[in-house]
Parts: sequence; C-alpha cells; structure tokens
Amino acid sequence: MRYIEQEKVVRRMNGRMVVNRVFQGLFMFATALALLALVILLYRIVSQGAGHLSLDFLTNFASRFPDQAGIKAALVGSIWLMAVVAPTSILLGVGSAIYLEEYAKKGRITTFIQMNISNLAGVPSVVFGLLGLTIFVRALALGNSILAAGFTMSLLILPVIIVAAQEAIRSVPGELRDASYGMGATKWQTIVRIILPAAIPGILTGSILALSRAIGETAPLIVVGIPVIIQFLPEGVMDTFTALPMQIYDWSSRPQAEFQTVAAAGIIVLMVVLLFMNSVAVFIRNKFDKSY
Amino acid sequence: MNTATIKTKINAAQPTSLEQVEKESVYSTRQLNLWYGNNHALKNIDLEIGENEVTAIIGPSGCGKSTYLKTLNRMVELVPSVKTSGEIHYRGRNIFDSSYGVEELRTRVGMVFQKPNPFPKSIYDNIAYGPRIHGIKNKKILDEIVEKSLRGAAIWDEVKDRLNENAYGISGGQQQRICIARTLAIEPDVILMDEPTSALDPISTLKIEELVQELKEQYSIIIVTHNMQQAARISDKTAFFLNGEVIEYDRTDTIFSNPADKRTEDYISGRFG
Repeated sequence: MRYIEQEKVVRRMNGRMVVNRVFQGLFMFATALALLALVILLYRIVSQGAGHLSLDFLTNFASRFPDQAGIKAALVGSIWLMAVVAPTSILLGVGSAIYLEEYAKKGRITTFIQMNISNLAGVPSVVFGLLGLTIFVRALALGNSILAAGFTMSLLILPVIIVAAQEAIRSVPGELRDASYGMGATKWQTIVRIILPAAIPGILTGSILALSRAIGETAPLIVVGIPVIIQFLPEGVMDTFTALPMQIYDWSSRPQAEFQTVAAAGIIVLMVVLLFMNSVAVFIRNKFDKSY
Repeated sequence: MNTATIKTKINAAQPTSLEQVEKESVYSTRQLNLWYGNNHALKNIDLEIGENEVTAIIGPSGCGKSTYLKTLNRMVELVPSVKTSGEIHYRGRNIFDSSYGVEELRTRVGMVFQKPNPFPKSIYDNIAYGPRIHGIKNKKILDEIVEKSLRGAAIWDEVKDRLNENAYGISGGQQQRICIARTLAIEPDVILMDEPTSALDPISTLKIEELVQELKEQYSIIIVTHNMQQAARISDKTAFFLNGEVIEYDRTDTIFSNPADKRTEDYISGRFG
C-alpha cells in the first residue's frame, strides 16, 4: 500500500507554490527595505556634504566659520585612537580566545566566563564610557587622554574580538592539532605554527570589524570627557584629542544650517574610513582563506 | 558474561611462546585499564609488541582498538575525562611516569591518522615541521631530511618537482603518504597507524600496504584496521579486541587459520562485526 497518493499531491501543489512565492516576496521586501534606507541615507549625506569636501576640509582645524571648518584634528585623533585600540584589544582579545579554546578546561567556570563575555558584547557603550571614566580617567589618573579613551574603547570591543577569535580558532580542524601533537610538538608550538596561521583570516576579519565599530562610537568618548574643539594635533598618547564621531556630533548639533553641510562632509570622511577598513577585512579574508 | 571466565580464557588464549619470541619487545602493556568518564573502554590489557614487526589490531567498531593505539603515544589524553590505570612500558620505561614527557614519547613514536591530515602548508613545510619543532634550522639538513622521508614513504618521485606547492593540491592517497613521510621525518622508532587506508581508494591502499612492508625493516609498526584481509596481508601478529578486551593475540597466520577462541573465529569469518 502507498501512503502518498499522487493525485492529492498534484491537487495540493498549487497551494504549496503560492506559499512558496509569498515568502520569497516577503523576504525580498525585507531586504529591499533595508537597502532603501541605506540608499536614502547615502544620497542625503553625499548630496549635502559633497560640496564641502575639499583638501582644505581635511587639512583645516575646526572653526566657528562653517566655510573654514576642517576635520584635521578629528581625523588625526581617530588615527591615534586606533593606534591605541588596535594593539590593546587584539592582543588581549586573541590571548583570551586562545586561553579559553586551547588551555582552559571545559567546566562550569569556563562556561560562566563564556556566558559573561557574550553578555558584555551586549552592554550599551555608554556604560563602558562610565567604566572608563571611573578606572582610566580617575583611578589611574590618565585624564581625558588618548590612552584613557583608547583603553575604554578596547574594553568596549574586547568581547566582540574574543568571540570572533574563538570562532576562528574553533574552526581549525582537530586533525591538524592531532598531527602536530602526534609529532611531539608542545601546545605553544602547535598554537603558533598551526592554529594561529590557520585562524588568522577569521581573527583579523573579526578584529577589523570590531575596530570599525570603535572608530564610529561617540558615547564612551563623551562620557570619558573628550573635548570637541581642539586646535592642535596630539603629540603622544597622554595628550588629549578629539575623534571623528565627536566632531560630527558637535557640528550637527550647531544651530547654523551651514554646519549641517560640514557635518555631512565629516560623515563622508568617516564612511570612507569605515569602508576602507571593511575592504581591508575582506581582502585579508580572501587572501589568506584556505579551505580544509 | 562473567569477567572471571573471560580473563582465564584470555590467559589461556595467550600463548606463552610469545614471550620467548625471537625479537625484543618495544611495548609491553601490563594490566591497562582505561575509562572515558564512566565508560570502561579498555579492560586489563596485557600485550607485548615486537620490534621490527607489523602488529595488527582488529575488532568491531567500538571495541577499543583505536583507543589502545592512542594510549601508546598518550594521544588519548587529549580527550577530556580520560582515566587510566596499569602500565605501558616502552623500551623498558613506563610511559605514564610523571618524569616521562609526552612530547619526548611522541618523538619516538610517530602516528599516522585515519583521515589524511596534512597541514595547509607546502609539501616541504609539512615534512620539515617535525624536525623544525625539534630545533633543526639548518636548511641543508632540512633538505636532506625532506628528501629522505619522502623517499622513505615512496612518494619522492611524484612530488619532487612540486615541493613548494600546497599539500592540499594532491590526491588523498598521496596526502596520506605525505603524512607517513612527515612521521618518518621525526625519525621515530615506532609508527602507530590508525586505519590509515580507510579513507582511500583500492590502489592507494595497495601502495600504503606495500609501504608498510618496506617500513617494517626499520620501524616497529602497530596498525589498527577494520579490514581483516589487510591485517592478514601485512601483519606478523594480530590482536583481536572485543568490548575493550584482548580476546586473542597470536601470529597472524595462526589467528586467521586456526584461532583459539570461538569469538575470534566468528569475527574473522564475518559472522559479526
């Protein structure tokens, strides 16, 4: 006896195909909506800010005259900030990930740590700002320096980097570890020579994406007390500075309409920096990607 | 079944003549027990493994044969929650002694795995990996080791012009011989093989079997296999494992022509497993 009757199958086919189409359309609509929002945003910003973009805009300091206002201090400040955030967060993040994946015994404590790292990734950035204010600015007396802001930002993106690095390390096939251990390699040799080289594309991609989040964050900088208008370039990590999102935030909150144009130009600069960092991430992934 | 009766059977089944074998034993296992958590995976194993011989370990899935093999170079300890008792003496030294580092043991005892597992590096770097981790930096010495190992694994002629190519670009059978060459490069005394041909086609399998025959001149080889014909073809001695116990251990021709235990006979004649 047959359980599936061909006639009934044929009769029901139309209904199934309709449902199939409906959901296809629904998902396409969702994608299109997100894309539309992005296009409108880009159009508005580019049409508003493109006129103000010039070499002068990149080389001038901030000014109370809109047509003279430039982004030099903020751009250089953001680069300084990244110079602190990148090494700090990547070293700490990858180190923690290696410890959790390769050394830590799986148990209740590891699970607890793991859960908290995931939770930290969801904590609002302003809270990290308060943490940075308490620890780095006040307790360690670093003031509103690049170092204090950099450490605060590092804390903010650390969970993201740890999780990305853990995933990259976990995706290295166990057989490669076995092969290395089987030849008498120590854990450290296996990590340095086998696991990290295989995991590096994933680690770097995750890290760069996390860094691009850090470069766009404003809230922690405000809480840490980073000034907006600065007429000099920092000379070291103990100097104070300003960053791109701070500068944009300031311009966009000014009453004069001209400053909206300046803000839009600033956003274009920030977006170019972000796009550049993301394309570096894609490039690294494609260059080092090895299939197992 | 009553364990006491099994034990007496094992003792009866183990010919005492094995202890007076011509060749010296490299491994002697005494009362080895192993647990994965609460699962008693190896039970009172006693085995002597001879020098310059091929010892095959056969048995149905889950009988503990791979576990036993991985215990010989302590790779089994990479699995969390493994507990062992008893002793395994390698060249007269208990490998479970706290003074015996696993790294030291594993430079004497190489391992070839079930699935070819070359590193995502060039063929050259794959072979040079072992010597490099043990501190050899001289390029000329490394070159010599690479050539010698690849020749030893009978794959030199196939890859000598593409040593700098990624090892992932060659066939599975070639990859497995690269893995054997990589093991030879640490100049081991014993080579453990964990079903080395189960992922390979018949021709590659044949090549590996021939290779094993050549390698036993210089190395002691312990091979776990699912394939009884393979055990019969290439090994000098065969141990039959069942449910974590050694049921019978004898010369391969004896095991296959005149097994002492009914269960061995049933297994090799294909009645179960």
